[in-house]
Amino acid sequence: MTGVGIAQLVAFAVVLVALAIPLGGYMARVYQGEARWSQRVLGPIERGLYRLCRVRPQEDMPWTRYATSILWFSLFSALAVYGLERLQASLPLNPAGFDGVPPNVAFNTAISFTSNTNWQAYGGETTMSHLTQMAALAVQNFLSAAVGMAVLVALIRGFTRRHAPGIGNFWVDLTRTTLYILLPLSIVFALFLVATGIPQTFDHQAAIATLERAADGHPQGLALGPVASQIAIKMLGTNGGGYYNINSAHPFENPTALSNFVQTVSILLIAVALCFTFGRMVKARRQGVVILIAMAVIFVPITLVTTWAEQQGNVTLVDTGVDQVASATQGGGNMEGKETRFGAAASALWATSTTAASNGSVNAMHDSFTPLGGLGPMWLIQLGEVIFGGVGCGLYGMLLFAIVAVFLAGLMVGRTPEFLGKKIEAFEMKMATVGILMPSVCILIGTAIAVATTAGSSTIANPGPHGFSEILYAFSSASGNNGSAFGGITVSGDFYTIALGVCMWLARFIPMIAVLAIAGSLASKKTVPASSGTLPTDGPLFVFLLVGVVILVGALTFLPALGLGPIVEHLSI
Amino acid sequence: MSHDKAAKPLFERAIVRRAIGESFRKLDPRHMIRNPVMFCVEVGSAFTTILFIHAAATGNGDASPGFILAISLWLWFTVLFANFAEAMAEGRGKAQADSLRKARKEVMATRLAEAKRDAAREQVPSSQLKLGDIVLVEAGQAIPTDGDVIEGAASVDESAITGESAPVIRESGGDRSAVTGGTRVLSDWILVRISAEPGKTFLDRMIGMVEGAKRQKTPNEIALDILLAGLTIVFLLVTVTLRPFSTFAVEQQGAGAPVTLTVLVALLVCLIPTTIGGLLSAIGIAGMDRMIQANVLATSGRAVEAAGDVDVLLLDKTGTITHGNRQATAFLPARGVTEAELAKAATLSSLADETPEGKSIVALGKSKHGAAIEVPEGATFIAFSAHTRMSGIDVGGRSIRKGASDTITRHVGGALPPEVRTAVDDVAKRGATPLVVSEGERVLGVVRLEDIVKAGIRERFEELRAMGIRTVMITGDNPLTAAAIAAEAGVDDFLAEATPEAKLAKIREYQAGGHLVAMTGDGTNDAPALAQADVAVAMNTGTQAAKEAGNMVDLDSNPTKLIDVVTVGKQMLITRGALTTFSVANDVSKYFAIIPAAFAGTYPALSALDVMHLHSPTSAVLSAVIFNALIIVALIPLALRGIKVRAAPAAQTLRRNLLVFGLGGLVLPFPFIKLIDVALAGLHLVA
Repeated sequence: MTGVGIAQLVAFAVVLVALAIPLGGYMARVYQGEARWSQRVLGPIERGLYRLCRVRPQEDMPWTRYATSILWFSLFSALAVYGLERLQASLPLNPAGFDGVPPNVAFNTAISFTSNTNWQAYGGETTMSHLTQMAALAVQNFLSAAVGMAVLVALIRGFTRRHAPGIGNFWVDLTRTTLYILLPLSIVFALFLVATGIPQTFDHQAAIATLERAADGHPQGLALGPVASQIAIKMLGTNGGGYYNINSAHPFENPTALSNFVQTVSILLIAVALCFTFGRMVKARRQGVVILIAMAVIFVPITLVTTWAEQQGNVTLVDTGVDQVASATQGGGNMEGKETRFGAAASALWATSTTAASNGSVNAMHDSFTPLGGLGPMWLIQLGEVIFGGVGCGLYGMLLFAIVAVFLAGLMVGRTPEFLGKKIEAFEMKMATVGILMPSVCILIGTAIAVATTAGSSTIANPGPHGFSEILYAFSSASGNNGSAFGGITVSGDFYTIALGVCMWLARFIPMIAVLAIAGSLASKKTVPASSGTLPTDGPLFVFLLVGVVILVGALTFLPALGLGPIVEHLSI
Repeated sequence: MSHDKAAKPLFERAIVRRAIGESFRKLDPRHMIRNPVMFCVEVGSAFTTILFIHAAATGNGDASPGFILAISLWLWFTVLFANFAEAMAEGRGKAQADSLRKARKEVMATRLAEAKRDAAREQVPSSQLKLGDIVLVEAGQAIPTDGDVIEGAASVDESAITGESAPVIRESGGDRSAVTGGTRVLSDWILVRISAEPGKTFLDRMIGMVEGAKRQKTPNEIALDILLAGLTIVFLLVTVTLRPFSTFAVEQQGAGAPVTLTVLVALLVCLIPTTIGGLLSAIGIAGMDRMIQANVLATSGRAVEAAGDVDVLLLDKTGTITHGNRQATAFLPARGVTEAELAKAATLSSLADETPEGKSIVALGKSKHGAAIEVPEGATFIAFSAHTRMSGIDVGGRSIRKGASDTITRHVGGALPPEVRTAVDDVAKRGATPLVVSEGERVLGVVRLEDIVKAGIRERFEELRAMGIRTVMITGDNPLTAAAIAAEAGVDDFLAEATPEAKLAKIREYQAGGHLVAMTGDGTNDAPALAQADVAVAMNTGTQAAKEAGNMVDLDSNPTKLIDVVTVGKQMLITRGALTTFSVANDVSKYFAIIPAAFAGTYPALSALDVMHLHSPTSAVLSAVIFNALIIVALIPLALRGIKVRAAPAAQTLRRNLLVFGLGGLVLPFPFIKLIDVALAGLHLVA
């Protein structure tokens, strides 16, 4: 690894944490109804929305009602996106005159955006009208993120409440998240992105006279649109669905090294901040920090290995005499599929950030990473998207692992396990197991069906282990609600649009229901006071245990599959 | 029932023999289905057996018939070993149940028409006695079933239940009125009102318990089952999907053959948590068994497990923390009186005193001052009476009296000397009882009577504190006395002048704070508190009401045992947790053995993962399976004995167990699998 690579990682961590601490505190105040300043400004809008939608904000929902509200809301959202996609040809704001989106792609996209996955079986600038981008996709970027954060907050209430029948009000959590957190952040961020050169316009293209086309008088059209506003929430809400087909590798979506750095930070910003929010809300700040450290303990080594693997360059090019060494004039390393304005280190950091968080935006082609460089990001997804993870869902997923870790630890010290004063019993274990298993079930079964059928295996571009990796990555990405593409595989056919759509939906909502069930069960329990017989969950030992459980589950579940993909590919070259 | 629990060997020949037979009987799928992990192994064993038959018959099977047979046999062994562990644990209980059953044999009882000894009587078999019937039991007869003594008193031999050969007194009224069916009246007679319906007696419950017939899964066991089932599902998926992955790889690579079903089943069995799955029920049964060995009878496994969670212990002062009788510990003379003089006078006055206090004064006087123990000629002893509230001796013109300070003050007709007054107050403040001694009208001094705190109890409480358990002393003493004893014994809290209501309130108070409370009790007035407590150990000598309110009965009636009960509860959980961790950590090594072996034909590059450099793919798979089976047998003693519980804070215990069972589980299989592999290759048992 080069010095620049290390410096970048350090700067990244410092800026990220420095921004996340105040944001985490602010979010805790929002959810506890203590953000006075913003309530004064935005409160009237909030109350107006409740009146408009006939929501009773005082209503305290039991977990079942909270869950059904989410399911109905998400189903309605998916139908709305589907409708807008299919009908875009006859709707306004379609300057490029795109046709309606084909049914299978529209289905896939509708689920993809409502499940916060943002897997894209289409090229944005050649498929979606401005209206679809703005009213369907960008709206879901906000709402799907807000749903994830709402579920997290409901789970936190489960920990803090005693003998309580309810876990909060979904509509209030959804509204507050969007109005007080996501919208203000996105507006500021979008303005910054415009300043770095990202377009924000209703024009559909800029005509550029290129050298090649100058002779025949046909200028090349560069697709434009309301890009900055969409990119802001795409990054912050761990959505990752690009305006352009090649996502943040596109110069209009991510023009400079500065925009790249800030966008990388924004991938993890809310997920990291939520750890602090969690600590504040459960009145145990160390607990939040400890979970953040556990995430970092997994994230940093994988990032280092990925960066190292990419900066090493391509082994097979060594014999050809290609200069891949970093020097004053070039970044060096494996530059296949990477943008020269970012280089290997910034691409590797983005790759691990976007897969650790279930963001899924890319600034380089993961398919072209070295086998080892591609292994890290893929495994980060397969760990269950809990290393930072998607906004809200990453942390609640990690808390499911924490419940399992605490259960094991409790048995090992001879006490019915407790976490934050709540006894972890059979019901919580059942739900935590379901929540943790669901994505793995989707990944393994999906991949198995794909490799066993012609429909699944015929569209891969590379033979051998790499082709297997491409399929495995696609199902991992969809089932982890990540949305990034390894690439090298055509996914707009019926098989992949439907199979991946099913995976995205199941892997999003089944764990979510399990988490809400746990929240409801915890809220109804009494709180047990800590003693020296209680296992402390805010120290290094717990970090070790939590990391161990996450790694062990991830390794044991995926070692054989990874062995037949990136590992054997790495060993073979 | 035997008391020498330490002497009982783990593997008694008779029990082992019976357990071997049982392990085959337990292969019945209807029994196996209760344990999803081992059921999975049994299905795998049956499946590989079919594969073997198919391969042997057609000559063109899944793999070479010899290999399939070897795998199949070892999978069957895995199931049998797990069954053996369970049968071993049950076997120890069954032996006890047999001896209890002997005590339960049918006897003829004398049923009376009304509660009078001379009422009309008839002979009925004990099994036909109903609730509320009144029976007469005379010397030499067995008590037909459980009941309360309503008239009379008798010495009863309860050795059939408690193992204690010394007879106990059972009498009507008070807290010693309960009698148990199967015990025997040695002398006198009693009228007993039957308090248990046929088939629901104490002895029946006890037999049910030790046989494990009514064993229900405890809450933590259920939660662990869920986790194990989850892991089994994951590994089922991993192995099932490996077949298409492998087929795809073979197609793409054009080399090797898809991984065989035999290897997949072997991999599955190696990965699913068979170690803990196979030993889980043995651990639970052994935990109950340890309770029974300690002569504590729990009404359910749930109660035993709850004992491990208890974080507040309510302990009766008398009998648990102190010896329960006040003993003389010092002579504090008045001015102008020597200590020897006082000792002599006090000893003299107590010579005929049969109370423990009196005897202890004599003992102290003799040991410290060699005071005479000969009864002088012509002495008249004045016994303690409720009227005078003094005792003493009149001899040779001397009139020595001892009694409470106010009594003696009145007796000597005036105030106590100031230094005696101070001594009296000091003694009282320390939680001891002052006894003032006078000769004639002269006050000689004070004898200090103390309730002695049991040796070693302070250290015991310190251990409990380290484990996060608070101890609360319950006493009828006044707060001053209570505080002094509490400080000496090192308890965390005390409840002085305790009434049954105050006890109940204290328990509720702790429970409201989220604590789990354990207590012991024997009297009927303890029943509400026993019923309220999370873990309630009733003394076997106690009343029927107390026994029914509690969820455990201590046959030895030793209140200190509450602490052992907590330890056994913890031990059960720790053993399960440790073996689960061990089991899952083992999987890493098995991957390193099987994955390179399974794909060696397709991807030779994967042999880089074969860190153990095993002899051949066949040997690698077989070695992993054999290790997986043998480790169950190797851990049976650990499962039956339980892991040692140390008095240490949770974090320390966890660190230790993670190191031993987590890291140990990760590393240990590598050398052992290699060893098995070397042995198999050396003996030419594998290709």
